[in-house]
Amino acid sequence: MRRFALIALPYGWLLALFLVPFLIVLKISLSDTALAIPPYTPTLDLSEGWAGIKAFLSALDFENFTFLTTDDLYWKAYLSSLQIALVSTVLTLMVGYPIAYGMANAPDHWRPTLMMLVILPFWTSFLIRVYSWMGILSTEGYLNQFLLWLGVISTPLTILNTPTAVYIGIVYTYLPFMILPIYSALDRMDDSLLEAAEDLGCSRLSAFWLITVPLSKNGIIAGCFLVFIPTIGEFVIPSLLGGSQTLMIGKVLWEEFFNNRDWPVASAVAVVLLLILIVPIVLFQINQQKQREAEE
Amino acid sequence: MRRLTWFNATSLSLGFAFLYLPMLILIVYSFNESKLVTVWAGFSTKWYGTLIQNQAFLDAALVTLKVAVASSTIATVLGTMAALVLVRVGRFPGRTLFSGMIYAPLVMPEVITGLSLLLLFIGIGLDRGILTIILAHTTFSMAFVAVVVSSRLVTFDRSLEEAALDLGCSAFDAFRLVTLPIIAPAVISGWLLAFTLSLDDLVIASFTAGPSATTLPIKIWSSIRLGVSPEINALSTIMIGIVAAGVITASLITKRASLRQQADERAAAQQR
Amino acid sequence: MGQTVFEPWNDPEAKPLIQFKGVTKRFGDFTAIDNLTFDIYEREFFALLGPSGCGKTTMMRMLAGFEKPTEGKILLGGQDIAPIPPNKRAVNMMFQSYALFPHLSVWDNIAFGLRRDRMSKDAIAARVEEMLKLTRLTQFARRKPHQISGGQRQRVALARSLAKAPKLLLLDEPMGALDAKLRTATQFELMDIQEKTGTTFVIVTHDQEEAMTVASRVAVMDNGRIIQADTPARIYESPNSVYVADFIGEVTIISGTARRSGAGYEIAYAEGVPPLHAESETHFDTGEPCHLALRPEKVAISAEKPSERRNTVKGRIIDIAYLGNLSTYHVEIEGGRMVKAQTANTRRLSRRDFTWEDTVWLSWSDTAAVMLKD
Repeated sequence: MRRFALIALPYGWLLALFLVPFLIVLKISLSDTALAIPPYTPTLDLSEGWAGIKAFLSALDFENFTFLTTDDLYWKAYLSSLQIALVSTVLTLMVGYPIAYGMANAPDHWRPTLMMLVILPFWTSFLIRVYSWMGILSTEGYLNQFLLWLGVISTPLTILNTPTAVYIGIVYTYLPFMILPIYSALDRMDDSLLEAAEDLGCSRLSAFWLITVPLSKNGIIAGCFLVFIPTIGEFVIPSLLGGSQTLMIGKVLWEEFFNNRDWPVASAVAVVLLLILIVPIVLFQINQQKQREAEE
Repeated sequence: MRRLTWFNATSLSLGFAFLYLPMLILIVYSFNESKLVTVWAGFSTKWYGTLIQNQAFLDAALVTLKVAVASSTIATVLGTMAALVLVRVGRFPGRTLFSGMIYAPLVMPEVITGLSLLLLFIGIGLDRGILTIILAHTTFSMAFVAVVVSSRLVTFDRSLEEAALDLGCSAFDAFRLVTLPIIAPAVISGWLLAFTLSLDDLVIASFTAGPSATTLPIKIWSSIRLGVSPEINALSTIMIGIVAAGVITASLITKRASLRQQADERAAAQQR
Repeated sequence: MGQTVFEPWNDPEAKPLIQFKGVTKRFGDFTAIDNLTFDIYEREFFALLGPSGCGKTTMMRMLAGFEKPTEGKILLGGQDIAPIPPNKRAVNMMFQSYALFPHLSVWDNIAFGLRRDRMSKDAIAARVEEMLKLTRLTQFARRKPHQISGGQRQRVALARSLAKAPKLLLLDEPMGALDAKLRTATQFELMDIQEKTGTTFVIVTHDQEEAMTVASRVAVMDNGRIIQADTPARIYESPNSVYVADFIGEVTIISGTARRSGAGYEIAYAEGVPPLHAESETHFDTGEPCHLALRPEKVAISAEKPSERRNTVKGRIIDIAYLGNLSTYHVEIEGGRMVKAQTANTRRLSRRDFTWEDTVWLSWSDTAAVMLKD
């Protein structure tokens, strides 16, 4: 009986507040927009029994999905989300790997502090961390002031409200997600492997490429997925730093919903976004599974 | 023998400069006299003064705290239960669906979670307000609690529980008296994680909040969309300060505890 | 047979392969190696034996190039190796953890060092096959390190470090991770491979039996110094100090004062009991404190007082350790001292002659015990 309650309570909660809502999204994505409250048709009327369900089902169609393919805003937004996520994942890896490497090779008594310094931003407000770049990157911002003062540039650069600002924002906010798995992979590595490589004739650099990088592969893969997956659906960063030029699907969904109040289209956008995400999520799961098995 | 090489020292200092400089600038400029945030015009704490008098911010902060405490507490209970189910209960009908639903919110884009919950609340005619935000936050943060707690449970030595049962505990007592105290650090960090996630969340709250309840991130969002403001700088400084103090205290406590344990073990070894 | 005994250390003409010349290594305040001077010869199987922290691993790491001496020189074939980095030394090391690259197959692990030398593909393949055959790993070539057993992993590590045909192979506790039975088999295999390849081996171990089995010479180390470096037989039978006698095998140490008597010495060790007799090549002054090191297997145990030996003492059996092939008796002799005596159990199911609390006589010959200086 206790066992039943143990399972039923979280299970029921997730069914009611996770699965059912998602089924509703799916259903609305197949409905039509209407000037009503709620602003879509058909609505399921169970009081009419089987006939009601049949009428309801027959009213559903893929019109919204067809619409997504006709208006190039949508597929452009999907593509640009993927592209931004991909580029910023690579950038985050390039910034994060040396930091993780430096941490793994730092003196032992430094490590708890370094670890804390990486985790600390996790606990600070995401919104504030993104916001902090607005003042830095704007035309009259601190970065431009600094560069003008240095004499590197004579006219201020436009960085805010461009994709560059989005890349910077993503690298900045998702950096800990990249550092931590790579660090833990590097930290687990046995130092004697590098000594063995050196003993067998490797230089330091070739030992890095032949031993360190392959052995941190799982950390790299995990870190990349941890950055790539949430970045695709990112909303705050493109809205604050990307301006109107940057097209990302999370932003499109938000605007479709709040500005255009087109619930069916917003739902259809959400369904497609989820379909796109399934591939990297499944790949990530497979990678994690493989890693767990390798450890056993 | 690890030595700090020139390369490692450089990458670490550049990396941490990148992580911390933006927040540092934010903090420094929150003490700026000028209304123009990018121009330094002397030291002043006046933006903290205006912030404290801003009733809308204070109300939003109160709502946020209420939501965070309630949602993280419920999420910790449900998440711990879910972790127990995942790690301890073997087969039961719908197990795959269950574990899928536990892990899915971790990777689900916030816009989708927010949208779907909003559609649910409208569908069942629940008025949007504090309650709906709490329900929404609980749902997505219990996944995080479940992950944290289950990773601790996996390494938990089950013979401890078996010893408790052997000594006459009921299953529930064994959990309450043995398991729970040992996994408590994981449960607490799960709660803290859920708490910060709730404090932090803008997107899901925006979907599920109604006009009666506005959270602090929503409030911040609506004012920073118009650009950088010194008041927000001051607010950010306060929030960063609270988090930094919390994290540093927590790490000092754990460090002291581990030092004490080491000292105890050394003393015990010498007694032998 | 006409075969000369392999004893280059006794040959003044022989040129040592490795020479330690006044080598000292300090880590901060800690002196790991203390002013060490000694030689290792070509084709030797040299064992460094000592408790953990005695400096044996540091010596090995200096030979491999992972540590540099603070003072003094290490010569390899007459050349100072201090400026040569580990990846350029004709020295290879087999790591205690084996340090097999987990992402590479057995074959690729063995080929790893050869590839660094930019050998031709065919030459690498030939050499790897040769090594696989030598270590009986041919059928496991395609497996990854985690797919083979501990003993096989050990052989991969050996093959990998031998592949480059180093002048000197260093083995850091090579049998440390193997269970007792496998260890003995592996020891003989290792000796065999050493003989076949003619490589000079330096092995680090804390297991004295292992060192005695495999090595041509054993260096017993303590606190950064070599206490005695000699053949296993001489280390056992003629230890030069109480430390060595105690470290190698079982021993009873009886302390007393020496007095010249005829060809040997009388050793007074307790009030009111007759002195013991022993012979020694080293000179002791009358009244000089000395220690008698007595191996248990050289002590006879009997119920009656034996007449043919001068060293006889009466005692009482306190403990019996039955080891199957041997039995060791712990006998408390007059004066309260414990002496160990060992008998071989040559007959099966024989009635045990002695039991606890029995009064027995212990006896040994004048040459059985070794006299050691303080």
